[in-house]
Amino acid sequence: MSYIRIENLWKEYGDQVVLERLNKQINKGDFITIVGASGCGKTTFLKLLLGTEAATRGRILIEGQPLSAEPDEERGIVFQRYSVFPHMTVLENVMVAQEFAASPWLARLFGKQRETACHAALEMITAVGLSAARDKYPHELSGGMQQRLALAQALIKKPRILLLDEPFGALDPGIRADMHTLVRSLWQRYQLTIFMITHDIKEGFHLGTRLWVFDRDRVDPQAPGAFGARVTYDLPINGKQSLEDLPSSLQAQG
Amino acid sequence: MKKLINQHPTRAGKIVLGLIPFLLLLVLYLGASNARLAENSNDKLLPAFSTFVDTMQRMMFEPSKRSGEYVFWQDTLASLERLGLGVGISALIALLVGVGNGAIPYLRAHLSPMVTAISLIPPMAILPILFIVFGLGELAKIVLIAIGITPFLIRDMQQRVLEIPAEQLIKAQTLGANTWQLILRVILPQVMPRLIAAVRLSLGAAWLFLIAAEAIAATEGLGYRIFLVRRYLSMDVILPYVLWITLLAFIIDYALRLISRWRYPWFHAQTAEGS
Repeated sequence: MSYIRIENLWKEYGDQVVLERLNKQINKGDFITIVGASGCGKTTFLKLLLGTEAATRGRILIEGQPLSAEPDEERGIVFQRYSVFPHMTVLENVMVAQEFAASPWLARLFGKQRETACHAALEMITAVGLSAARDKYPHELSGGMQQRLALAQALIKKPRILLLDEPFGALDPGIRADMHTLVRSLWQRYQLTIFMITHDIKEGFHLGTRLWVFDRDRVDPQAPGAFGARVTYDLPINGKQSLEDLPSSLQAQG
Repeated sequence: MKKLINQHPTRAGKIVLGLIPFLLLLVLYLGASNARLAENSNDKLLPAFSTFVDTMQRMMFEPSKRSGEYVFWQDTLASLERLGLGVGISALIALLVGVGNGAIPYLRAHLSPMVTAISLIPPMAILPILFIVFGLGELAKIVLIAIGITPFLIRDMQQRVLEIPAEQLIKAQTLGANTWQLILRVILPQVMPRLIAAVRLSLGAAWLFLIAAEAIAATEGLGYRIFLVRRYLSMDVILPYVLWITLLAFIIDYALRLISRWRYPWFHAQTAEGS
């Protein structure tokens, strides 16, 4: 049985249909990159996965259980911006998840417990290559380092599903390539199931194992909101393909 | 020649330029004072500097003949105590209610309309009610300050909480935080420097309410003294007192700013606010 099942998922805002008839099965360890024009429901889809929005119809099942309707520890997230806490240092940012778990009232750890948490956090900080910046505040970090921190913060909870909402959209191309390497290695090491939205179709093409294209395949010029977007292409990626293999209709968009 | 908007004075130049208006004011005062005193040596309106020094020396360093107290320091202490209590209590209430309102939609639905309504009441209009209910003692004055500035502080705090990016709140939830932990670790520390900024803004109003309350019913305090000696046209007391209040206000504001910069460096780095 597949890990995540999306069953006839619809999302409407008023009479504006954003997503319609989404039926997908996702296996554990899939790395799905999602591309599509702006306003195509990519972010809405991510919000449904995250639990901050409720589906109008249909449902999402993880191992047969419906998703909980608010964000929780099962799903980690990295946004394009504002993902880290500006008032905490790098170490505190990563450690805070363990403090939430172990200290329900104070949300702070002391003594031996703190040392253990600190150790685990440092390990994760090293894994994303931030060990030299452990006592810095986010505003002292570059954009790329902030996203590394956001990844470390999300991964320390060992989430089953990692959601990435254009995580590298604001980064320079060189740094972006570093981040791709990092994400791929973290994905392999922690056996994550990843959904990643991107605007960069090349990124979508070589990073994951599956590429989804969100698009509205039916458009009624009299009622632009009448039909929602669907996953129009679901391509397996094996690393050999290149941009030229894409259907020509897609190349026009990209 | 550069355009005027692109010309900047040097650091030293800025200080000199900033001092010139003060010096001009001083010279103007001295000239006017001398002219009036030459005409009538008993003139009370614009006393000479020597009179200021004599009077303040008496008020600061000689015990009062009537009560045996050092009037100036007693006044200062009384006023600062009222101001501190009033502003402190207001800030505490604002932090609790503002953060609660901002973070919890159900609480906001309950309290926000009332806070808005209370904030529209002119505090001076209900001063008589405060005197009737709380008597003429310290409590009424402190309550006036609190009523005057708390609604503003609450609304500001609530707004600041709502301005925290939703991404952060979602992130905290994915890291396992419950509502209480989220308020404690994510919201509260982030609104603290904003509370200090809001308190700095409200201090002017707090002084206003303090002096108004002291003018009407008090037996000591900076505002009380000014309004008391007004009857004798004692400009030699009023003017130094006004300067002293200005200086105190400046020191409090400056101290709050330093505390904020020292405790919350991340806040001052990410915003130009309060810098």
